[in-house]
Amino acid sequence: MAKPVLLVTRRLPPAVEARAAAEYDARLNPEDAPRTGADILRLAQGADAVLCCPAEKLDAATIGALPATVRVIGTFSVGFDHIDLGACRVRNLPVVNTPDVLSVATAECAMLLILAASRRAGEGERLVRSGTWQGWAPTQLLGTLVHGRRLGIFGMGRIGRELARMAQAFGMSVHYRDVARLPEALEGGATWHEEDASFLAASEVLSLNAPGGAATRHWLNAERIAQLPRGAVVVNAARGTLIDDAALIGALQSGQVGFAGLDVYEGEPALNPGYPALENVVLLPHLGSATVETRDAMGHLALDGIAAVLEGRTPANLVR
Amino acid sequence: MAHDRPFRNRAGTVIMVLTTLEGPARMTPRLIVSRQMPAPVADRIRAEFDCPWPEGRDMDADEMLNQVRATRADALLITSHLKFGADVIARLPDHVRIAATCSVGFEHIDVAAARARGLKVTNTPDVLTDCTADLTLLLILGACRRAHEYDTIMRSGWRRGYGLGEMLGVQVAGKRIGIVGFGRIGQAVAQRARGFGMRILYTGPRRAPPAIEQGATFFADLREMLPQCDILTLHARGGPATADLMNADTFALLPRGAVFVNASRGGLVDEEALIAALQSGHLFAAGLDVYKNEPAFDLRLAALPNTFLLPHMGSATIETRTAMGMRALDNIAAVLGGGKPIDPLWT
Repeated sequence: MAKPVLLVTRRLPPAVEARAAAEYDARLNPEDAPRTGADILRLAQGADAVLCCPAEKLDAATIGALPATVRVIGTFSVGFDHIDLGACRVRNLPVVNTPDVLSVATAECAMLLILAASRRAGEGERLVRSGTWQGWAPTQLLGTLVHGRRLGIFGMGRIGRELARMAQAFGMSVHYRDVARLPEALEGGATWHEEDASFLAASEVLSLNAPGGAATRHWLNAERIAQLPRGAVVVNAARGTLIDDAALIGALQSGQVGFAGLDVYEGEPALNPGYPALENVVLLPHLGSATVETRDAMGHLALDGIAAVLEGRTPANLVR
Repeated sequence: MAHDRPFRNRAGTVIMVLTTLEGPARMTPRLIVSRQMPAPVADRIRAEFDCPWPEGRDMDADEMLNQVRATRADALLITSHLKFGADVIARLPDHVRIAATCSVGFEHIDVAAARARGLKVTNTPDVLTDCTADLTLLLILGACRRAHEYDTIMRSGWRRGYGLGEMLGVQVAGKRIGIVGFGRIGQAVAQRARGFGMRILYTGPRRAPPAIEQGATFFADLREMLPQCDILTLHARGGPATADLMNADTFALLPRGAVFVNASRGGLVDEEALIAALQSGHLFAAGLDVYKNEPAFDLRLAALPNTFLLPHMGSATIETRTAMGMRALDNIAAVLGGGKPIDPLWT
């Protein structure tokens, strides 16, 4: 029996491509060329499944024009904003994604940002690389101690809870803000805040771990920043839209926020030019989940979901 | 500038205030501080000591000795920048009773000469433990997650997204970490590593009791531990016994793709072998806070993309540097008050 045909829109980690090639008649993209909607429609002729990425917009027109042979779409991502689910529903086309497996890597990234920002790693790195380092001095590049500080987590989902566990191992006390209090077993000793005011006042280090979207757009604005303890550390490994960039840049200049660490930006891959002009920020290019382990796990989960649909089963990672 | 004020006037003022408050019998102890100190430490020096520059001033040995003679100082507060060798110790006047170094390490001090002279010498252990352990995890995360390359991308403008298999780092969670030297800092690193679900392996002169081990696996022989380490971190003492502990042979024993970090002593590492292992890809990355030659470290390390480099910042937090200064002052106060030092270099 011929293997089913799988269109893979972008280059994937080697282990994932190897499995795709073993289990499918796989149409890969070794050059990692960007794919437009028209490219996808052309390449999907005769395909049983499409494995896409967030860079491709699968709008209603593209979904509607996909060949009838396509029985499932997998996306190599947790988010599915790039796929018109309404159009999929009309065609009765199931979509599978890759939830959960990014939590640990993203929490690690947030912890890296907390440590790097608090300990002025960007400045230290640049000093060493410049070749002009004059040697150890008692008052050189003094940061703030992470151990024993209060960490405020805005958004206590899977990533927030992973981060809480890591931070507690640094002796940090964890406070969190979310729409509702978690059950005690999931709370892990963290303190819930019903109000922004008490939460912000407690947050010597503030980590944003909430979803994006209209409800949280510019949640961290000038008014909320003013309620943080002076010199607070702010990190964001979630969504760029959570922050009013102008307000944060102003606070970093005034010292209201001492240090910041960012992995995500509003309008990325462009970013507010105010950030790279500052010494007291550490900047990463949205690579929160960029570990070999996580990307492999994402790929395998997407392939598991596609295989399940093609075999007539309901996958656990079906987008509903 | 405040630093250049004539010290006699300033010192005189302090003495007058204190004599009024505490009576003429109590002499304010005289102190020379040979390096800049954080503000809260300077405040305490101002309040408790007679010192020409309570903020500290960067002095070489000659200037320090001149100041000591001019003020008839009872005590010295030094840091590792000042070579406190036998020649300097021999020139110290008898009225100096204690030299407190604001550091854990004391490679800059000739301990034998100080002992022979009857000088008390103290350091500042304990207070750096959490700070250094935090920084060690920063080195681990920064090296594994390619923080240097990522920050460089951002500062040069970014402007393009990365493919799903591109610029990938190594996950820290769930890995096996080998800790060389399971003292206070090594144990604090283990504690943090547990928060990432890491398996803890360690080696040192002796096995720790179970309450401290907390499930960590002891190896009597470093060479037996190395093949099992995804991440290796050094927290051993410096000195001839551990010089070049990590060399071509020992790096080769690590599995391919391992990550190496060092926040303890630069002398533990043969940097030639380290650079070769980073260039060949035998090591995925290295995170370093200390170097064989500081500050004139091997610039080839800075030319490598897979290094995460910090300028000896293990204790560089306001809280810790303040605590170190305070601890040094505690030692000075104890000795000048006729008691025993809290952190003597020898007993």
